[in-house]
Amino acid sequence: MSRFVKSREAILLAAIVALIALVETRFTGFAAPGNLARVFNDTSILIILALGQTLVILTRCIDLSQASNLALTGMVTAMLNAAHPGIPVVVLIAVAVALGLLMGAFNGLLVWKLDIPPIVVTLGTLTIYRGIIFVVSGGAWVNSHEMSAAYKAFPRADILSLPVMSWICIAVIAAFAVGVNRTALGRALYAVGGNPGAAVYTGIDVGRTRFWAFVIAGGLAGLCGYLWVSRYAVAYTDVAGGFELDIVAACVIGGISISGGLGTVTGAVLGALFLGTIKNALPVAGISPFWQMAISGAAIIVAVTFNRRRAPGRVILKEAAA
Amino acid sequence: MSIAEGTRARHVPDRLQSRSGRILRSWEVLLGGIAIAIFIVNSLASPYFLDPWNLSDATFNFTEKAMIAFAMALLIIAGEIDLSVAGIIALASTAMGWAAQYEAGAAGLICIGLGVGVICGAFNGVLVTRLGLPSIVVTIGTMSLFRGISYIVLGDQAFNGYPSDFAFFGRGYVFWVISFELVLFCTFAAIYGVILHATNFGRQIYAIGNNPTAATFAGIHVARVKMILFLLTGVMSGIAAICLTARLGSTRPSIAFAWELEVVTMVVLGGVSILGGAGSILGVVIAALIMGMVTFGLGLLNVPGIVMSIFIGALLIGVIALPRLIRLSRTGRVA
Amino acid sequence: MKNGAMPAKPVLRLDGITKRFPGVTALSEVELALYPGEVTALVGENGAGKSTLVKILTGIHQPDSGRIEVDGIETRLPTATAAQEHGITAIHQETVLFDELTVAENIFLGHAPRGRFGLIDWGRMRSEATELLTRVGADIDPATPLRDLGIASKHLVAIARALSVDARVVIMDEPTASLSQTEIEELYDLVERLKSDGKAILFISHKFDEIFRIADRYTVFRDGERVDAGMIRDVTEDQLVTRMVGRSMEAIFPRRHSDPGEEILRVAGYSHPTEFADINFGLRRGEILGFYGLVGAGRSEFMQALFGATRPSRGAVKLDGRIAVIRSPAEAIARGIVYVPEDRGRQGAISAMPIFQNVTLPSLSQTSRNGFVRIAEELALARRYTERLDLRAASLDQAVGNLSGGNQQKVVIAKWLATKPKVIILDEPTKGIDVGSKAAVHEFMAELAADGLSVIMVSSEIPEILGMSDRVIVMRDGRIAAEFDREGLTPEQLVRAAAGYEEVAA
Repeated sequence: MSRFVKSREAILLAAIVALIALVETRFTGFAAPGNLARVFNDTSILIILALGQTLVILTRCIDLSQASNLALTGMVTAMLNAAHPGIPVVVLIAVAVALGLLMGAFNGLLVWKLDIPPIVVTLGTLTIYRGIIFVVSGGAWVNSHEMSAAYKAFPRADILSLPVMSWICIAVIAAFAVGVNRTALGRALYAVGGNPGAAVYTGIDVGRTRFWAFVIAGGLAGLCGYLWVSRYAVAYTDVAGGFELDIVAACVIGGISISGGLGTVTGAVLGALFLGTIKNALPVAGISPFWQMAISGAAIIVAVTFNRRRAPGRVILKEAAA
Repeated sequence: MSIAEGTRARHVPDRLQSRSGRILRSWEVLLGGIAIAIFIVNSLASPYFLDPWNLSDATFNFTEKAMIAFAMALLIIAGEIDLSVAGIIALASTAMGWAAQYEAGAAGLICIGLGVGVICGAFNGVLVTRLGLPSIVVTIGTMSLFRGISYIVLGDQAFNGYPSDFAFFGRGYVFWVISFELVLFCTFAAIYGVILHATNFGRQIYAIGNNPTAATFAGIHVARVKMILFLLTGVMSGIAAICLTARLGSTRPSIAFAWELEVVTMVVLGGVSILGGAGSILGVVIAALIMGMVTFGLGLLNVPGIVMSIFIGALLIGVIALPRLIRLSRTGRVA
Repeated sequence: MKNGAMPAKPVLRLDGITKRFPGVTALSEVELALYPGEVTALVGENGAGKSTLVKILTGIHQPDSGRIEVDGIETRLPTATAAQEHGITAIHQETVLFDELTVAENIFLGHAPRGRFGLIDWGRMRSEATELLTRVGADIDPATPLRDLGIASKHLVAIARALSVDARVVIMDEPTASLSQTEIEELYDLVERLKSDGKAILFISHKFDEIFRIADRYTVFRDGERVDAGMIRDVTEDQLVTRMVGRSMEAIFPRRHSDPGEEILRVAGYSHPTEFADINFGLRRGEILGFYGLVGAGRSEFMQALFGATRPSRGAVKLDGRIAVIRSPAEAIARGIVYVPEDRGRQGAISAMPIFQNVTLPSLSQTSRNGFVRIAEELALARRYTERLDLRAASLDQAVGNLSGGNQQKVVIAKWLATKPKVIILDEPTKGIDVGSKAAVHEFMAELAADGLSVIMVSSEIPEILGMSDRVIVMRDGRIAAEFDREGLTPEQLVRAAAGYEEVAA
């Protein structure tokens, strides 16, 4: 317990609570459960993407192609829906996830088999995936009236007074909590990022672990493609443009170390929630939404300064070790 | 038996390969070949491509980005990166636009643009070199911070009304079809080429990028060199902001959006190793020309810009993947 | 199956194992046999190929040729997992652990106990970890993050990790290097228990007293070859040393007539918060001062502070009688102190850069004009010093990474000589380089000292320390433990001072 109180997650949680309390003093009702649920729902996509990115960053890689992946799968599902309204939503979601997995696997293969630096790979696929949207759509928009009611309704459907979107997010968080902490792959991510040389000694395949991190991040981006487009009821080429860096920002604020091997699921969720809270708090606090970008930028810098690790030297002196 | 006599020492030649042999196998030649191929395809595909004025217009596609890319190349070779360059442009442009509302002259605007660049570069540099933070995270943060300040100032508004003589820096021509920006591009290409390849400072950049610890042990002030490089990148972003603002004649907070990724793509396509330690300015120049020509050539064929990005992205991955694929199939190993 | 008259069958047998790396043959046709319930000591100097052998046995490296037999059946060990599955486990010399993970997880990473749905059972993992830690005599909470532990505790965790797999062969690579005397005694008990459990143990150590105390058999490696093997009871310490070194001391070390001049360097009260304390000594012109100690005694850490790469918390340096403030390597170089690091790859050579650029890096102000490089001057300078060291290379613009270890070391030394230093610190100057290059480096050191350069030589090789030094300082646990003149100095004195055995011996 005392360990949690001192952890970065606890500090971040305190910051979020303080933020909510601060807004509550200026605008009563912000901290109401219903409103907080709305904030959570609004942040769901960022949380899911940040969790995917967390896996990748844990292995000392980075995936800048998530937002493009999301936009492309979103467009494909929207076009499929517009052309064949009869296809059930479940099938469309499966298509979205499959497509996302495929794009993630492409990134992962280039990193694993050809050993190309992940930032280069995903910088390339960021533009390629985004460009393909234009090719498949011809630059046209898929507007709300072209989408079937079921397509748009699914994420908003209400179960136990929470929208399906929120439930999906909760399910992903739960799956991550188990997957990261209690599966061999989950623990391998930490080993690969924390000490790749030593990981080999424990029988972990560094490249293969990275590959799976990319695949999962891609699959989740695909899932979010459908969620995003159905929620905002519009698909076009520039959907979520620049969002890739917001995702990285959420991870950094959540204490996921960019040099790998350090970070938690809780941290990533809180990092995303921190950004989501700010985004939702600004309008009610009467601050222009244009402040959001600068605030999240400042938050990243504060977070990374705060999480800075000093490489410890060896402790040789006996009295210093005691 | 003394080995200091030197009589017994075998002769070690200065150079193993002839200079020409080495050049022929270089990355720059591969890129140059691609550039020439694109040039030929473009001129065959469209009759308007070879028109001097059209070609001159096309240079605006890359001159501003390339100026930043030169400084970014040095930074990446030294093992760091600056993703805030487009944010610096937005902030510098906003500062200039704000000053222009108070009747600042062209000279004043330029000072402001350069000044903002220096300050932003120094801010990044201090965070990275003094606090020891990873540059990729720091500059993702400052990217949002710098552009965010522009949004706070401007919201959905724009600054217009720049003095008429200011436009020269973005739209002026020095001689016939040779624009001021093109002259600037060539000048900076030369300056950065000399800095990187012919000075002690350039040699230290390579050493730091290859092995920062060994560089420190060799007496190089690693933090100081990196600080200078962040400042240079900031200044070049300020210069690009001046040119771009003058060319557009207005400032919106979304100015130069996502340019950081295009600049990094240009640098990496130019053969600079993203892991640091290797690369040349010539490569970056050719990469800039390639990206400019692809954009322009496909534009003439009415292919929209977003599709061209597929080509650029594929080129970026392709040129790096191809040699590795060949090695993989030949030896079963990548490295 | 006790150690009776009937010869036991080896659990693990290597035959004709050869492993080459670019520029060096690490192992050449070596053989090795490990028997159940017996400890086999593997002895050899640094660079003899012991670490490479461990890496082959644990599936990290693949041999270029040769046979590996487990229980008489030929096997391959393509991955670390495969080695584990064959019951081969290792406690590595460098700690291959994960700072950000807990102790329990460090012990079980890769083979954690599984519960329902194949998920990792943290509860069982913790209790089993506690059990293992108790077995190795470590009182550590398995939920502690590893980064909070000191180096000795980390080592015990590594031992617990090795025992967490159902092992038949346990490799211990210098397991006592960072342990205290009490912990070492507990480790010996543990080894005895493993023996009685019928495990085959490969024990790699530089400490002869412990070899003779716990080992049953020995195998000697020298320069990548297996030169001898047999029963410990049939051999004496002197015989073992001779076989390990393989040459008499006078033959390999240059004969020097040493006549040190006035004191040039004086270090007073140098201290660091965690790494070393109260270092006091003087160095005279033309003197070779040896620094001996066990791995992790703080010698390199002190040298790097002296060179300005890290900052001491207290202490002063006098150079030529004047106080010298050294806050960075650049300042050390400017004042004439240079450091040839132990870790050539990380701190010494810049392997992707050409030889001549490596040599001139700290001397660019000499070869340049107004900040612009002059290649012809650089090549001339590089040639002057690399020829003096008899560098073997295809050309001066060859990348340093393509040279053999010995030639890389020559480039690094040439780099420092080109700065015309007054004091040169050589940290393990001959570690991992071939015999020919070793001799050249030794001869060259002697020559430098004769020319009036002062040399500090950090070395873990006793013959090198005895053969080269005018004076020897022994460090232990971050402090100076003893100082000796060369005259009449014996290996035993060095070993005792380094390990802190004076009381035991008395």
